[in-house]
Amino acid sequence: MPPLLFYFFALITLGFGFLVVTGRNPVTCALALAASFVGLAALFLSLDAYFIAVIQILVYAGAVMVLFLFIIMLLDIKTEEGKKLNLPAIVSGVLLAVLLALQIIAVAGSTPLAQKSTQGSPLALADAAGKIGKAALPTITNDLKAGELPDAKLIGFTLFDQYGFHLQVIGLLLLVGTIGVVVLSKRERSAP
Amino acid sequence: MHASIILLLPFFSALVILLGHRQLKGAAVLISVGSSVISFIACVALLAVADDKDNNIKLLLPFLDVGHFHANIDVLIDKQSRGMMFIVSFIGMLVHLFSLGYMKDDDAKPRFFGSLSLFMFSMTGIVLAGNLIMMFIFWELVGLSSYLLIGHWYQKASAAEACKKAFLTNRIGDFGFMIGILLLFGANGGNVNLDDLATAFSSGPLRPDAPGYSAGFTAAAALCIFLGAVGKSAQFPLHVWLPDAMEGPTPVSALIHAATMVAAGVYMLVRVSFLIEASPLAAEIIAGIGCFTALLAALMATQQNDIKRVLAYSTLSQLGYMVMAVGAVAMHVQHGHELHGPNPGHPAMFHLYTHAFFKALLFLGSGAIIYACHHEQDIWKMGGLRKHMPVTFYTFAIGTAALMGLPYITSGFYSKEGVLGAAYDSGCSILFHGTALTALLTSFYMTRLVIVAFFGKPRTESAHHATEVPMIMLLPLVVLAVFSIFSAWDGFATPLQALKPAHEPPHDTVLAASILAFLIGTGGAIYLYRGKDKDPVNIKLFANKFYFDEIYAVIIRICQDRLAWIVTALERIFVDGLIARLPTAIVARLGAATRMLQGGHLQGYTFLLGSGVIAVVYLVVFVLPRMGH
Amino acid sequence: MITLGHYLVVSGMLFALGLAGVIARRNIIIVYMCLEMMLSAANLALVGFSRFHLVNGLPDYTAQSLVFFTITVAAAEVAVGLAIIVALFRSKQSVDVESVTKLQG
Repeated sequence: MPPLLFYFFALITLGFGFLVVTGRNPVTCALALAASFVGLAALFLSLDAYFIAVIQILVYAGAVMVLFLFIIMLLDIKTEEGKKLNLPAIVSGVLLAVLLALQIIAVAGSTPLAQKSTQGSPLALADAAGKIGKAALPTITNDLKAGELPDAKLIGFTLFDQYGFHLQVIGLLLLVGTIGVVVLSKRERSAP
Repeated sequence: MHASIILLLPFFSALVILLGHRQLKGAAVLISVGSSVISFIACVALLAVADDKDNNIKLLLPFLDVGHFHANIDVLIDKQSRGMMFIVSFIGMLVHLFSLGYMKDDDAKPRFFGSLSLFMFSMTGIVLAGNLIMMFIFWELVGLSSYLLIGHWYQKASAAEACKKAFLTNRIGDFGFMIGILLLFGANGGNVNLDDLATAFSSGPLRPDAPGYSAGFTAAAALCIFLGAVGKSAQFPLHVWLPDAMEGPTPVSALIHAATMVAAGVYMLVRVSFLIEASPLAAEIIAGIGCFTALLAALMATQQNDIKRVLAYSTLSQLGYMVMAVGAVAMHVQHGHELHGPNPGHPAMFHLYTHAFFKALLFLGSGAIIYACHHEQDIWKMGGLRKHMPVTFYTFAIGTAALMGLPYITSGFYSKEGVLGAAYDSGCSILFHGTALTALLTSFYMTRLVIVAFFGKPRTESAHHATEVPMIMLLPLVVLAVFSIFSAWDGFATPLQALKPAHEPPHDTVLAASILAFLIGTGGAIYLYRGKDKDPVNIKLFANKFYFDEIYAVIIRICQDRLAWIVTALERIFVDGLIARLPTAIVARLGAATRMLQGGHLQGYTFLLGSGVIAVVYLVVFVLPRMGH
Repeated sequence: MITLGHYLVVSGMLFALGLAGVIARRNIIIVYMCLEMMLSAANLALVGFSRFHLVNGLPDYTAQSLVFFTITVAAAEVAVGLAIIVALFRSKQSVDVESVTKLQG
């Protein structure tokens, strides 16, 4: 991806993220976060992770943020009025954030691993067809030979082949979460 | 076998009464009296048992057996213990019988008789003890029984104070006793068996010419053990508890504070006479204190108005006699003279023996008077009792005569002569003169007592209406009167193992001195007190007991309170503060500080989390590689 | 050229932003949103590593599976967390972080 696009989307992600942190109105923050997720999805795309990008939009920006908005509307949360700024918290938060960012920049800049680039490590699609072993399903190999990356299919294969059990557990987790939410949201019935 | 019966029967009687007095009620009294009678019979049987020279000490019970330390309950049956046992059980039995009448109207009879049984048990233990540790155990038990009995009417504030005073003063003496025992324990390699100690002193590691011998050590041990006798036998300066102990019922005074418990000190001193003979310094001090106590008490007795107080001071004085005799005999032996004859008696033990009878008689007689005068104890409120209570009068008179030492007729004469002889033989003229003066004073105050209480006209209504006491109370009086006269005769003394000093021609000086003292004292008292209605002589110093109680109170207030204040301050600063409060404060502060880390504040936690991550990343990425990992 | 390092830096800055938001904001819901931002930053780093660690010429899909799971768990967690916040709001009538003080002290 041309560097310009990268910087553009990175700027979107970080800019809207900053808006989340500093926004007054909760609805503003929620919408800013949704936009930040969109930018993040674009970054995923630039990394050839198509499936993940779509999932990000669908689930995160589409479901989670909407849920957030629902709750904000439900609780009718007003803008934070001009209350006194929580100065110690703000200062410490900013300080920590700056320190952490500096550290990460320093680390990321120095490891040799971080010098790789997409050009430097191209995907070898055609050769991969012969090497993927168990995943050599007809659909996948056809796509590979055609020079496309069957991203969803490969993720699907990995999930169901290697992480089948984990998938079941995740399903159970979702069930439990659903039940939990229902139970937690019940209003207390006063005893007759 | 006899010893076990004598020792354990009162113990079980006391135990039964303790556990079942609610159910037993009246029967408790009978249990106690019955046990005393049976013990007496057993003691009489014991008198007939021959002496076993080689195996005197018989083990009854290995009480404590810890490593190299042994404390046993064993009995030493020899002449001295058999004689003393007879006195204790005989007078004990008589007092039990007397109490049946005297305590008839009392509410807490079971408690009284239970304590009496406990006392008999403890006293027997002291008499029969074969080693010093056992003696100490029973020594303390006797102190406890005395506390219980003096404080029998504890609802009365003066009685509660008195029993506390008795116990505390005894404790001071016991402390010295314990130190003495420990000294001997250490010196004799852990063995305080009386026979073994005697051997150690005569031919073992503690004899005078042994390599490790130290005169100071022997004197210290002797004096510490003597402290025990000072406490128990109420010598100066621990004499203050005995007069106050008269707050107890009169039978208690008769048994404990006249005949047996206070004599335990003298008994113990005679038991460890080998120790006293080993140290000249100790012997002199003992004799001196004994003589001083005798004189002091006699002076105080001349001005007392309570009949029991007079008798109490008289007891103090006679105890001083006995202690002085112990010291004097030791001095005599140290000067190279042996005690005479194949069966050497001991003047102190002999005087103890005769004194027990007539002093108990006097106390029981005073009990009868008090009972008849409706618990009135002031002699100036009595009078003319001679006509109303004849038997009591005659027995009391016999007892008085014995105490004063009526020449040749009464037993008291022979024993007092023995004491005066010992004082004379010791070679110290101060001792002899002090003892003679005390004899004079004894005659004086006893005659005063008899004249004021029995002669003249009745001074109050209750004295006017006094009648003779019931038979159960008269019987012991008569029996004791017989003993007061005849106990010094050989016919009585030998079977009763009385340790009577062998008959030697009496020193003329001693004989003259005793007869003269008797005459002057009696004459003076008759002259001063005949027909008087109130005391013509008024010496405040004697009447107020030389202000000893007040002096002690001041000393306690000045010394003890100051000392207590200092110790409290030290304790608050060091023990309490440094060791208890300082760590507590430190921990509390640290805890409070640490608690702030867990403020329950969500964002605080996140902050800590973030800073932790930053710190770790910094260390791992930037610091460790530089250090070579 | 855009290297892995760029992606990592973006991810790190996003994470730092989230951390600052969690510490500094007073509204519970906004704190929660910043928490989600931190999770997403981690996802970005994972995807980045997945792309640049090639297995048989293809990206390493293990990391992407992990991202999948992460997103799922994050969604469930958001649901439950918001339910808790709603219950909290019902009792406290406020979404201020300072009002939840029962465990303090």
